[in-house]
Amino acid sequence: MSEQQNWVNRATGVGTSVARSLLLPTLALITALVIGAVIIAFSDVDNLQLLGTDTGQALSNMWSEVVDSYAALFRGSIGSVNSISETLFAATPLLLAGLGVALGFQAGLFNIGAQGQMLMGSILAAYVGIYLTAPAFLHIPLTLAAGIIGGLIWGGLTGLLKARTGAHEVITTIMFNFIALFFVQWILTTEGLQDPGRNNPVSAAIQETAQLPKLFGEEYRVTIGFLIALLAVAGVHWLLYRSSPGFEFRAVGSNPHAGSYAGMKVALVITAVMAIAGGLAGAAGANQLMGLDPYKATPSLAGAVGFDAITVALLGRSNPVGVMWAALLFGALTAGGREMQGAAQVPIDLVVVLQALIVIFVAAPGMIRAIWRVKADDDSAATQVTTSWGA
Amino acid sequence: MSLELSGITKRFPGVVANDDVSLSLAPGEVVALLGENGAGKSTLMNILYGLYTADEGTIKVDGEELVFDSSADAIAAGIGMVHQHFMLVPVFTVTENVVLGLEPTTVGGVIDRDQARKTVMEISERYNLAVDPDALIENISVGVQQRVEIIKVLDREARFVVFDEPTAVLTPQEVDDFFGIVEGLKADGKGIVFITHKLGEAIDVADRIVVMRSGKTVAEVLPQDVTQQDLADLMVGRPVDLKVPKAEANPGEVVLSVQDLEVLDDRNVKAVDKVSFEVRAGEIVGVAGVQGNGQTELIEGITGLSEVVGGKVTIAGKEVTSASPRELHSMGVSHIPEDRQESGLVLNFTVTENMVLDSYYEEPYSKGIVMDWEYTRESAKRLVEQYDVRTPGTEVAVSTLSGGNQQKVIVAREFDRDVQLVIAAQPTRGIDVGSIEYIHSQIVAKRDAGAAVLVVSSELDEVRALSDRIIVLFHGKVAGEFGPDAAVTDIGLAMLGSGQ
Repeated sequence: MSEQQNWVNRATGVGTSVARSLLLPTLALITALVIGAVIIAFSDVDNLQLLGTDTGQALSNMWSEVVDSYAALFRGSIGSVNSISETLFAATPLLLAGLGVALGFQAGLFNIGAQGQMLMGSILAAYVGIYLTAPAFLHIPLTLAAGIIGGLIWGGLTGLLKARTGAHEVITTIMFNFIALFFVQWILTTEGLQDPGRNNPVSAAIQETAQLPKLFGEEYRVTIGFLIALLAVAGVHWLLYRSSPGFEFRAVGSNPHAGSYAGMKVALVITAVMAIAGGLAGAAGANQLMGLDPYKATPSLAGAVGFDAITVALLGRSNPVGVMWAALLFGALTAGGREMQGAAQVPIDLVVVLQALIVIFVAAPGMIRAIWRVKADDDSAATQVTTSWGA
Repeated sequence: MSLELSGITKRFPGVVANDDVSLSLAPGEVVALLGENGAGKSTLMNILYGLYTADEGTIKVDGEELVFDSSADAIAAGIGMVHQHFMLVPVFTVTENVVLGLEPTTVGGVIDRDQARKTVMEISERYNLAVDPDALIENISVGVQQRVEIIKVLDREARFVVFDEPTAVLTPQEVDDFFGIVEGLKADGKGIVFITHKLGEAIDVADRIVVMRSGKTVAEVLPQDVTQQDLADLMVGRPVDLKVPKAEANPGEVVLSVQDLEVLDDRNVKAVDKVSFEVRAGEIVGVAGVQGNGQTELIEGITGLSEVVGGKVTIAGKEVTSASPRELHSMGVSHIPEDRQESGLVLNFTVTENMVLDSYYEEPYSKGIVMDWEYTRESAKRLVEQYDVRTPGTEVAVSTLSGGNQQKVIVAREFDRDVQLVIAAQPTRGIDVGSIEYIHSQIVAKRDAGAAVLVVSSELDEVRALSDRIIVLFHGKVAGEFGPDAAVTDIGLAMLGSGQ
């Protein structure tokens, strides 16, 4: 295995055990929350001024602010049916796109193109959602399928470029994001797709039969899109660990050289993985179109989901189940962050800080090990034990 | 001046890597530290070099007891180490690599290149190393790179030098040169320890041989008192068969036929130039040659991994020139690649997964695209048992196994099916004597079962021990063909391009 692949695998968690891959992210979350508490405590100017005159009062104020903030974060994420709905609602696209990025990591590919793949998926889905007339039980899957195909083509193209010419996927997927963005900005102003009476790039609303039904009833935003995402978790897990193509993906991802010696077609694997990853991101794009009022495609439909998906995949150590937990965590932080801002007057930016801290700690496991005194599982002692198995 | 390690004990969780080991070294003495993988040689040397701390025992230099907390302490005490994998910056020059970390500077912190260059020249001339101080590391051969490491050690004024498997990466010619250098160091009063598992080297070069097994020193002998057989038995702890026991070959039909084969290397230079030979069922043909004379490309050309630019390859009468690895797999060709970690295994995959790396897609390991892991696991368990792979289980990463056991995983995978042609490249490189013995016996067993076998090895001893017929490659051409009993000197001359 090349040094570089080694590094990638360590960063993306490919090849580590499940128990091991859950421990460090959990500790990273706790550490991030503690540091977040310090930031909350010191971010209120009044308290800082009070610190000089009445230290006891200031500390008690700080404490209650931290408690209030985290209580709001908790309440807003899992405190009520609506909170849970909001958490799942925010987690759904992250989960779908995150699975795509994770699948890429498993095959040794760094897919930064989820953003563009989502946009392309949403456009194709918009055509089907607007123009096809069909009952919901057909219209929904067909619209979703269109989204998947849009992303699949867009991702597959970057895969093909790498397989055929060796163009690095990091570069091509970033460039394809730009191409997708400007393409979408243009095509959304074309007749037939643009919302009549608008002059900015917005599509007409898709038909009601193509809209995703609500999961908890009409007053809550979460849709069956979340269930689809859970199915995707199971599907990707099955693909990676139970199917022979998945075996190929993982083998090529860890050691393409050994893969080709064993008769695997590396170029085909690269193309297929980028296509499937794009398809998953395309599903995320379709979900944003089909599950979010006013059910219109726009250039900003993907928000920052395509990039947060990379973080989610890293945090989930590229394991489908891990990605699910990571997406739920990010969904909870997003939903809880809004409540925190409303109730405790703590800027929602803190949520971004928390997310960033979690990711930094996950990316720097040595730091977390040092803080929590967790022994590394790959130290020289362990290696030594196993070499003694020689005959 | 002397170096003395006494009563060294080092425990790792679940294993005692060094158990009350003692070793002494006098100036001008060469000690060979012999042992199989995992015998504790590297642990002992890492303790000496300050990379590990011993749980018990002492290190004395010139009678003074020292504690090494890091390699810096060891270096300060006059101990130098040349690792098996060199620690050099490829894009730096020889001089830059030598002075890296202790650059001589002029006023203002500017590196004094002239001074640095002079130092390198001095050392190079003194020990007859013939190293160009201005050459880039990436442009010089492995043998010369090793000399740069030696200069590094000498520049740091080492009096005791440890070599970790110094000859593992060298060509036969370079090995001779290396031992010449060792003689020079010895004459200059340096104390030398070299770690090896090559028995011949230990006997030829060392003044004293220390044999380790399972963390203990099991013998300390003088080279004139022992034979290779004695040393092998001591290392393994039981009588070992150094000769490969095999009956007369009984060649049948031609299985592999290579005609005028031409293959390019990765720099697009013709590395295999009109090579022709045949391998029959039931015989082992060995390809000898100094590393880098086209052996790698020959194998890659036959196995469909490199593009063939001329000639043709047929297997059992069917033309398979440039056939894909998978087509060959399905025809009953098994391939043991020359670099097991780079091409033979996915190191972070489990033993089970590696056992089906090239047959995962076919029944009974999968049906359609659904893997049958239950069957695959059971099958891996059986193979581990049958091929004597020492592993804590089939579900551990193959990277945790020793080199010999990793190689056995590959052999198990490649041999456990109907095979009409075996292509084995460097089948026993860098592995322990016990595993070598086992793998050789498996290769002979395949021959006796009627397979045609092509073995490529840079170890002439291995080629001679295994082969029923030997062909020698030199500069990509066949430079000679020999029977199994041909004189070593004749084969050696052909390897240097001056035979026949």
